[in-house]
Amino acid sequence: MSSQENNQQTLLEVEDLTMRFGGLVAVNKVKLNVKSGQIVSIIGPNGAGKTTVFNCLTGFYKPSDGRISYRGENITGSKNHEISRKGIVRTFQHVRLFKSMTVLENLLVAQHRHLNTNLLSGLFKTPAYRRSEQAAFDRASFWLDKVNLKSMANRDAGNLSYGQQRRLEIARCMVTQPDMLMLDEPAAGLNPRETKELDELICELRDHHNVSVMLIEHDMKLVMEISDHIYVINQGTPLADGLPDQIKNNPDVIKAYLGEA
Amino acid sequence: MNTTSIKNALITSVVFLILASFMMGVQLVPEGTSISLSLADPVRLEALGVALALLFVFQLFREPISNGWQAVKNKLPLPEHGIAETLQTKGEQHPRLKQLALAFLLAALIIWPFFGSRGNVDLATLALIYVMLGLGLNIVVGLAGLLDLGYVGFYAVGAYSYALLNQYFGLDFWSCLLLGGFIAAFFGFILGFPVLRLRGDYLAIVTLGFGEIIRILLNNWTAITGGPNGISQIPKPTLFGLEFSRRAKEEGNIPFHEFFGIDYSSGYKVIFLYLLALLLVIATLWVINRLLRMPIGRAWEALREDDIACQSLGMNKTIIKLSAFTIGAAFAGFAGTFFAARQGFISPESFTFIESAIILAIVVLGGMGSQMGVVLAAIIMTILPELAREFNEYRMLMFGLLMVFMMIWRPAGLMPMKRPHIALKESKEENSSSISQQPAHAA
Repeated sequence: MSSQENNQQTLLEVEDLTMRFGGLVAVNKVKLNVKSGQIVSIIGPNGAGKTTVFNCLTGFYKPSDGRISYRGENITGSKNHEISRKGIVRTFQHVRLFKSMTVLENLLVAQHRHLNTNLLSGLFKTPAYRRSEQAAFDRASFWLDKVNLKSMANRDAGNLSYGQQRRLEIARCMVTQPDMLMLDEPAAGLNPRETKELDELICELRDHHNVSVMLIEHDMKLVMEISDHIYVINQGTPLADGLPDQIKNNPDVIKAYLGEA
Repeated sequence: MNTTSIKNALITSVVFLILASFMMGVQLVPEGTSISLSLADPVRLEALGVALALLFVFQLFREPISNGWQAVKNKLPLPEHGIAETLQTKGEQHPRLKQLALAFLLAALIIWPFFGSRGNVDLATLALIYVMLGLGLNIVVGLAGLLDLGYVGFYAVGAYSYALLNQYFGLDFWSCLLLGGFIAAFFGFILGFPVLRLRGDYLAIVTLGFGEIIRILLNNWTAITGGPNGISQIPKPTLFGLEFSRRAKEEGNIPFHEFFGIDYSSGYKVIFLYLLALLLVIATLWVINRLLRMPIGRAWEALREDDIACQSLGMNKTIIKLSAFTIGAAFAGFAGTFFAARQGFISPESFTFIESAIILAIVVLGGMGSQMGVVLAAIIMTILPELAREFNEYRMLMFGLLMVFMMIWRPAGLMPMKRPHIALKESKEENSSSISQQPAHAA
C-alpha cells in the first residue's frame, strides 16, 4: 500500500485542527491527510480526543482553530448535514439507529437527499417518483445483502443484535453513496468472528466501492491489519503517524499507548 | 382462604366504613340559623351496606377470583394480540377482503345519516372534526415526536380566518377552506422558527404559550374579532351555490329544497354538513397516508427517533421540523374553518387549553403515529361523554378513570402504529449486480 500512497489524490486534509472547550484544549494542532482509497486509523488512549476530532470533521463541533479541506474545498465550520451531503458520513461510538423503524426504513431514510421529495409528485405517485422510490429500494436491498441483513429487512432496527446493529449502521451510511466513511469504534462490543467480518467488510468497501475510510478503533489487531496509515493522538496532541509497522515500533507510541515492555 | 385474606378483607372494610360514613353516611341539615348533622337517606345507607358487603367478599375471595378470571381468559378463544391487531393482520393477508370491508364501511358511513336522528348525525359531525384534528396533531406529536400543547391555536386561526374573511370581505366557505388551511399553515411555519432549537418539555411549554397567545389575542382584539362576544352569523357551506336555509340569504341564490322541488327540512343541512366532514376526513386520511410512505414522512419519524443521526445522514433538521409543524397546522386550519361554518358562531371560549389537551389525549389514546388508532380514539372521546350524559357531574370523573385504565391496559394506545411491511424482491441478483457495477458514489 505504501507505494500507492504517493500517487493518489488527497481527499481530506486537516491542518492544525484545534478544539477548545473553555480552558480545556481537547484537540491540539492535529494534522491528518486521507488520500482516496485509503483506510486511515486514529488511535490513542481513552480521552485522547479522537471522537472530538471526528465531531469537528463532521460538523458537530465548530473547531476553534485550524482548517479542514475536502477535495480542496474549505469545509471548516460547515453544518453537519452540509458536510454529509458532500460525501462524508459517519457512524457513532454508541449505535444511533432509528430504533422503532424497520431495517429497510432505516436505509430508505438515509437516502432522503437522493429521493424525489416533491410533495405533489409523492402524493400522486408520478412515474418519476416511483422510479426514485424503486431505485432506493434496490440500493437498500443491495446493501442489506452486503451486510447480511436481508432476512431482517422488516424487523424493527432496535430488535437486532448488537453486531447486526453495527452492520446496519454501516449499511445506512453506504446507501448515502459517500466518498468517505468515518467509523467511530466499529468493533466495540463485537466478538472475534464479528470483528473478522467487519475487517473484511471495511476492506471490501475500500477495494470495490471507492470509499475511503477513517477509523477510530481500540482493537489493535484490526487496526494493524487493515490500515494504510495510522495517526496516534495522545491527550489531544499528535504523537506520531506512519505505516502500521512504523507505529508498532515507535518507542513514543509504545510508551504512551501500547504499554512499556 | 387463609388468615391473611381475612385480615386483608377486615382492614379494607373498616377503612371503607370509616371513610364512607364520614363522606357519604351523614349529611348537614340546615335548621334555622344553624346546621345540624343527621344520618343520610336510608337508601344511601343501604347502598353503603351493600357496597361494604361486596367489598368484604371480594377481598376475602380475591385470589380465587383472579385465578378464576385467568382461567376463563385462557379458555376463551381470544386472540393473543387483541382484536385490533388481528383485524390488521387479517387485512394484510387478504387485501381484497380489506378493500371490500372498506367499501362497505364507506357506504354505511354515507347512508346512515339519512336514517339516523338529527342529534346523532350532528354528534357524528363533531366526532369527524376531532378525527381531523387528531390526525393533524398526529403528524406533529406522533410522527415527528414534537410535543405540541398549543395545537388549538391553529384550529382557532382556521376558524377565525373564515369568520373574519367572510365578515369583512364576504368570501364564501369554499375559498375560505383553502385560505384557512393556508393561513393556519403559515402560523405553524412561524411558530416553527422559535422552537427549532427546543425539544421535549421546553417545546411543550413554548407551544402551550403560543396557543394561549392566540386565544388571548382573539379575546382582546375587540375591534376586529369581537372579543369575548365572538363572531356570529357565519354562513353555512353551500353546495355549488345552493343554500340549505329556508330562504336564500344572498340575492340570486336558490335554496337547496327549491332547486330540487322538495319540502324544506332542516335535516338536510345537518346531513350535508356531516357528509362534508366525512369528505374532509377521507381527504385528510388519504393525504397523511401518502405522506407517511413518502420520504418526508420517513424523515419525520427519523427525526423523532434520533435527530443527531438524521443530520449526520445529510437531512436538514430545520426543514423537517418546519414541514411537520406547517402541515400539521394546515389540517387544524381546515378543521377550524369547517367548525366555524358548522357552528355559525365562534368565540375564543371554543379554543381553550382543554381542547388542546383533548386532541393530544386522542393522539396518545389512539396510539402515537397510528392513523386508525387516532380515528377510533377521536370517535370514542367525543361520543362517550355524550352517551354518559345521564351520569351528569360524574361524567368527567368516569372519563378520567377510563383514560387511566386505558393507559394501564394498553400503554401503546388502542391500535399501536404498525410498521409498513415491504417485501423486497427475492430475485435481486441481476438488479444488484447492475448496481455494483456502477460506481458506488455519484457525488
